[in-house]
Amino acid sequence: MTKQMTGAKMVVQALKDQGVDVVFGYPGGAVLPIYDEIFQQNDIRHILVRHEQGAVHMAEGYARSTGKPGVVLVTSGPGATNAVTGLVDALMDSIPLVVLTGQVPTFMIGTDGFQEADTVGITRPCTKHNWLVKDTAKLSETIHQAFHVATSGRPGPVLIDIPKDVQFAQADYTPMEKARVQHYQPRKTGDAEQIARLVEMMEQAERPVFYTGGGVINSGPRASALLRELVAATDFPITSTLMGLGSYPASGKNWLGMLGMHGLYEANLAMHGCDLMINVGARFDDRITGRVKDFSPHSRKAHIDIDPSSINKVIRVDVPIVGDVTLVLEEVLRQWKARGSKTNKAGLTKWWKQIAEWRAVDCLSFKNSEKTIKPQHALQRLEALTKGMDRYITTEVGQHQMWAAQFLGFEDPNRWMTSGGLGTMGYGLPASIGVQIAHPDALVINVAGEASWLMNMQEMGTAMQFRAPVKQFILNNERLGMVRQWQELLHGERYSHSWSDALPDFVKLAEAFGCKGIKCQDPKDLDDAIMEMIRYDGPVIFDCLVEKHENCFPMIPSGKPHNEMLLGEADTQGVIGAKGAVLV
Amino acid sequence: MSALNIKKGSTSHSAYDLRDHNATVIESHTLAVIVENEPGVLARVIGLFAGRGYNIDSLTVAEVDHTGHRSRITIVTSGTPAVIDQIEAQLGRLVAVYEVHDLTAEGPCVQRELALFKVAGKGDARIEALRLAEIFRANVVDSTLESFVFEITGTPEKIDAFADLMRPLGLRELARTGVAALSRGA
Repeated sequence: MTKQMTGAKMVVQALKDQGVDVVFGYPGGAVLPIYDEIFQQNDIRHILVRHEQGAVHMAEGYARSTGKPGVVLVTSGPGATNAVTGLVDALMDSIPLVVLTGQVPTFMIGTDGFQEADTVGITRPCTKHNWLVKDTAKLSETIHQAFHVATSGRPGPVLIDIPKDVQFAQADYTPMEKARVQHYQPRKTGDAEQIARLVEMMEQAERPVFYTGGGVINSGPRASALLRELVAATDFPITSTLMGLGSYPASGKNWLGMLGMHGLYEANLAMHGCDLMINVGARFDDRITGRVKDFSPHSRKAHIDIDPSSINKVIRVDVPIVGDVTLVLEEVLRQWKARGSKTNKAGLTKWWKQIAEWRAVDCLSFKNSEKTIKPQHALQRLEALTKGMDRYITTEVGQHQMWAAQFLGFEDPNRWMTSGGLGTMGYGLPASIGVQIAHPDALVINVAGEASWLMNMQEMGTAMQFRAPVKQFILNNERLGMVRQWQELLHGERYSHSWSDALPDFVKLAEAFGCKGIKCQDPKDLDDAIMEMIRYDGPVIFDCLVEKHENCFPMIPSGKPHNEMLLGEADTQGVIGAKGAVLV
Repeated sequence: MSALNIKKGSTSHSAYDLRDHNATVIESHTLAVIVENEPGVLARVIGLFAGRGYNIDSLTVAEVDHTGHRSRITIVTSGTPAVIDQIEAQLGRLVAVYEVHDLTAEGPCVQRELALFKVAGKGDARIEALRLAEIFRANVVDSTLESFVFEITGTPEKIDAFADLMRPLGLRELARTGVAALSRGA
């Protein structure tokens, strides 16, 4: 039975039918009818943000930590344009979001009306798909289709632009199960013949490596479980991209650590020296490959990805497998077991011996200090003191992000939220709030740099208002650390605008927001201060004053292959040529 | 439509693996893209080409199925084999795209373009233009005492050749539709 209702009511009804419990948003003229409906119900909780970018990042944190799509509601014009950065962030990292924007009434579209922007035009390349709904009769079906598109295949953000008159008008509601979604059905099962080729290669490989990415996490917890099973059964080493951390536990014995520009020595050399690379849900990003021409020159490569356009985009592979990681890994395991669960034991023993030599280099070692807090040390202590807790980590972008990836261990998927593809400074604080809203009793820590953190610090107001006890662990070096590092290595130590002057007093700032501020600058006080942060029942801004000129190592300089990694300061003299400086 | 039924998300659909993927030679390919005729769909396709730095040498679009609201976009593009593959994959993952066919790779295809030529002149040039138009099977669709408008249909190469001949004979204006293409056979 269909029911007549207003477009605004349809929005709320459709969200309920889709199982949405939280919406992150900010009201404005063009979404007032929807806000009026939100006011008159209690099933959907609305989190009022302080800036629309914050709303999108919160929804991303919510989505990454739950596996459910995040929902955002903002107004027309500036509300929509402020959301753009978050949309691209979610697009690059394949995060499912449904973003609803208000629009001027249909009869005013194109007249340069107040708070009018061409939202679908602006966001067309920033979303997986978007819609401008000009007819109330199509609104509810479009919302259901939007959820389908956002969560099917390679997940991503979608946007629905809803003119105000469409929100007021009445029409029949299309229930979820009646919505037509047939035409968008990406392929999920991998090609059995290609999988057979992979299994055969796995049996023979002397130097195999699993290279896993965010696709494993996006595929759901079952994918991580299957990956663990496959790694344990084959005894192959495994590394992961920044996005895939947690799909295989950091404490697992086959774990090589993260790979890539600031990845571990053993992980990158294993990628360089392997004879079989099995890419599971990663996309050969330039942070991973380094110089493409010299990327893993002696290996045969298999690539499991749900997005056909990821395959052969950057690196030509020998075994392309388009499909959902869960279904493909199931089939890989099934075929491999059916053929007798064979591996090249002699080759593997030699390979692990080689890896042990690389591990012995201890690439994450750093010179600790008793006088100043080294950022690596701060993260080691944070790891030691929070390990085993129900913990979620978000980060901002920069050196602290790479150190967090290196020094924090993730045992499970969906516990690590960071802006990978787009590298959005200002991501971490709102993302931490989104995670905390989804997991009210968990310990949620945003590992931040002071410069990134300031980009969206207004969201502390949101954390206070909605009692989200997020811990803002700011590694404060009063520098734009990663920019400074590159200027040191690439631009003749000319530190152009890479320091933060006139920083706020973070403790007073915390007090101004009504939360707790902690300042720590002596390594001796660090443990107590971290415990104070954890124990405090409410949001904390932790100002951890760290060494100002610490560089993040290991590092593969731009334009260099994996086997030309820098391990420490002594390696850095004149290594990056003019060609490398052109790259980012 | 082509004999090859391309499924979305499939990688085993093409004979591409027979080609040299490291080739740096630039090839010209004609793609047929069947899309949902919804607002903004052309902008999506063009935006993809612009945003990712692909070439569009020619583009035509029209609704071909009025009940199913499907449009056919025919794009002539150029790039290395790897780039052409990537274009096809990128088009294929657009939500509004139903099918992508690389007509050049899938087998022989018929390509036609329509063009209108305005040629002005008197005396011998005028007679010569008319004579050449006859040879090219171009129709006169407008004439004054000092000008003709010729209508010509053919491959892009044929139209290029006709344009080269008309230029010294008083070619004033030229309008081309871009290529429409279908695979040969059932």
